[in-house]
Amino acid sequence: MSEMQTTPGPRKIVIDPVTRVEGHGKVTIRLNEAGEVEQARFHIVEFRGFERFIQGRMYWEVPVIVQRLCGICPVSHHLCAAKAMDAIAGVDRVTPTADKMRRLMHYGQVLQSNAVNFFHLASPDLLLGFEAPVAQRNIVGVIEAFPEIGKWAIFIRKFGQQVIAATGGRRIHPRLCIPGGVNQNLAVEPRDALRADIDRIVQWCGAALELHKTFVHAHEALHERFASFPSSYMSLTGAGGVMDLYDGTLRAVDAAGTPIFENVPASAYRDQLIEEVRPWSYMKFPHIRSLGREAGWYRVGPLAQLNCCSRIDTPLAEAARRDFMARGNGGLVHATLAYHWARLICMIHCAEKIRELLFDDDLQGSDLLLTGQHRPEGIAAIEAPRGTLLHHYVVDEHDQVTAANLIVSTTHNNEAMNRAVTKVAIDDLTGHEITEGLLNHIEVAIRAYDPCLSCATHALGDMPLIVTLEDAEGTVIATRVKQ
Amino acid sequence: MGTTPFRLTVDGVEIEAIEGQSVIEACDAAGIYIPRLCHHPDLEPSGNCRICTCTINGRNAAACVTPAAHGMVIENATPLLTADRRALIEMLFVEGNHPCPYCVASGDCELQALGYRLGMVAPLQPYRWPGRKIDATHPDIYLDHDRCILCSRCIRASRMEDGKTIFGFEGRGIAMRLNVDAEGGLGETQMAAIDKAASVCPVACIVIKRDSYRVPNGERRFDTAPIGSEIEAKRKGLPR
Repeated sequence: MSEMQTTPGPRKIVIDPVTRVEGHGKVTIRLNEAGEVEQARFHIVEFRGFERFIQGRMYWEVPVIVQRLCGICPVSHHLCAAKAMDAIAGVDRVTPTADKMRRLMHYGQVLQSNAVNFFHLASPDLLLGFEAPVAQRNIVGVIEAFPEIGKWAIFIRKFGQQVIAATGGRRIHPRLCIPGGVNQNLAVEPRDALRADIDRIVQWCGAALELHKTFVHAHEALHERFASFPSSYMSLTGAGGVMDLYDGTLRAVDAAGTPIFENVPASAYRDQLIEEVRPWSYMKFPHIRSLGREAGWYRVGPLAQLNCCSRIDTPLAEAARRDFMARGNGGLVHATLAYHWARLICMIHCAEKIRELLFDDDLQGSDLLLTGQHRPEGIAAIEAPRGTLLHHYVVDEHDQVTAANLIVSTTHNNEAMNRAVTKVAIDDLTGHEITEGLLNHIEVAIRAYDPCLSCATHALGDMPLIVTLEDAEGTVIATRVKQ
Repeated sequence: MGTTPFRLTVDGVEIEAIEGQSVIEACDAAGIYIPRLCHHPDLEPSGNCRICTCTINGRNAAACVTPAAHGMVIENATPLLTADRRALIEMLFVEGNHPCPYCVASGDCELQALGYRLGMVAPLQPYRWPGRKIDATHPDIYLDHDRCILCSRCIRASRMEDGKTIFGFEGRGIAMRLNVDAEGGLGETQMAAIDKAASVCPVACIVIKRDSYRVPNGERRFDTAPIGSEIEAKRKGLPR
């Protein structure tokens, strides 16, 4: 249900709430005296405060507590917190069985979450068109128009969740990790069930990519132009620059692909990144310290994962990566809509990695847990479905958390999402009216980043979009709410 | 203590008991589960949680402190008593902070398990959100006072089994709290992780450090069968 409130005079537009994203957000577009777009902001209006209320809790509780931040990517928080708590427990490297169990769970998580974004949230725009009627532009409409895609949507996501359940006991909010290792290995029965389906999942991920490419080829200009701008990127990479979504070191490149920093362990993130607070959003604005506030913003997520890595160590995903990077003509790929293409390549990579692990006997090993000497600080990073996730904890001599800092993927992308919204507003706003088309385009731009607003503010609630149009004095011209 | 058996009835089922048994002990032996929280088979009864209250010969009494007697007529699993027990459980949930989704005792917690068994969907009483601090001063054990349900198991275990006086209650009524016999917290007491008092807590108030979440989902104590199932399993073959 949409509502529109209009007051006379020069003004401000509000889209509130933004739909088909994870969490509560609103958009404000401010016009100058000439009626041109002066500024557009994507506000995160939720607040949850996990960083505060885990203070005082015992450190081994944290991987289980913080995954309650989110119902979409709880696994990413569970694993990232566990990696940080490994450090607190004095364990630098967990056993091969523990490492592979965690990796298997992570690949299942990225696969299912990316499937949710691509199929359930984004594909209605891509397959049915940005301007298709709202009543049809949803996953049900996609299933009606493309039954095969509906099948992929359901079964790829289901498979990813089954991987999570096989490793952590349940599909959402699993429990696998304890500081220093894991609490179980992979039972043979669920392993065999997953083995039976994995080839089909790999094939479907590949087919989804091919389908998406047909959309891109049919809309080349739109794909390149829509909400696009060059930027820096950051992600974890493994040894030699290989894509590693679970572990590795931080690498950032500028818009030309030149490294800004690389081989930076997560524990040194503060040397490279700084977070800025702005009064109009609960989400912080991190930027690269050496480049400063204005030039130091960057993007994370699937597009960054592709732009930052030098290769992928699974064959189908590597072939897809080469094809994708060719679009950059020797440089990086900057199109905002290319996030979806990159997301599909990551899905192929995860499916291939899952297949690899399902045939690895280490997963049936019994060496699950290591112990070490207690340390006061733990910092870890992981490439969550939406990009780099950083967890930082300080623990006292009684094992209680005294400080925590979480920088989630959506927070890294904060500035980029604001720029994407501004770009769309400049391109598409005509007059002082929030048209359905403008609303749709703003949402499409935001959705490319697959923002999880719940995670970003560590927040709670439903998932609406509000757009507000303001004049130069900040007077509201129009507000449009979309549930 | 005599050993001559006598008979009594529980919810219309005739069972056998021996002198010296409490009602709850006689029912346990006969495979009839009476819900309880403060009662522990290794400890002297205290009768302070009142969850085990049954209607005995027409009057309500705590089964853990009522001696079994010949000819007793006991009502246990009636809708009224179940509703009363559920109300008590609900009050315990709202009096403390019991976040089952991430609690270290989840799946192994007697309060949580009773909530499930008695059909508690959501508490009807307002939450008190007490916000009591954790006592983590001991190197091997911590006390999460937000979880305490004042069952006194630890007090009895420490005094009677461990020969110590680590725990006690302070205050009265709604202000009653578990405390330890040292100003500097548990770390200044003689408590040891091998003490009986460290293993009898029905919730997650007294917890061994660095030992949580080691049992996977699906394998925890109450994942596969409701609380009381092990007692009811003894009843096979008895007339219903």
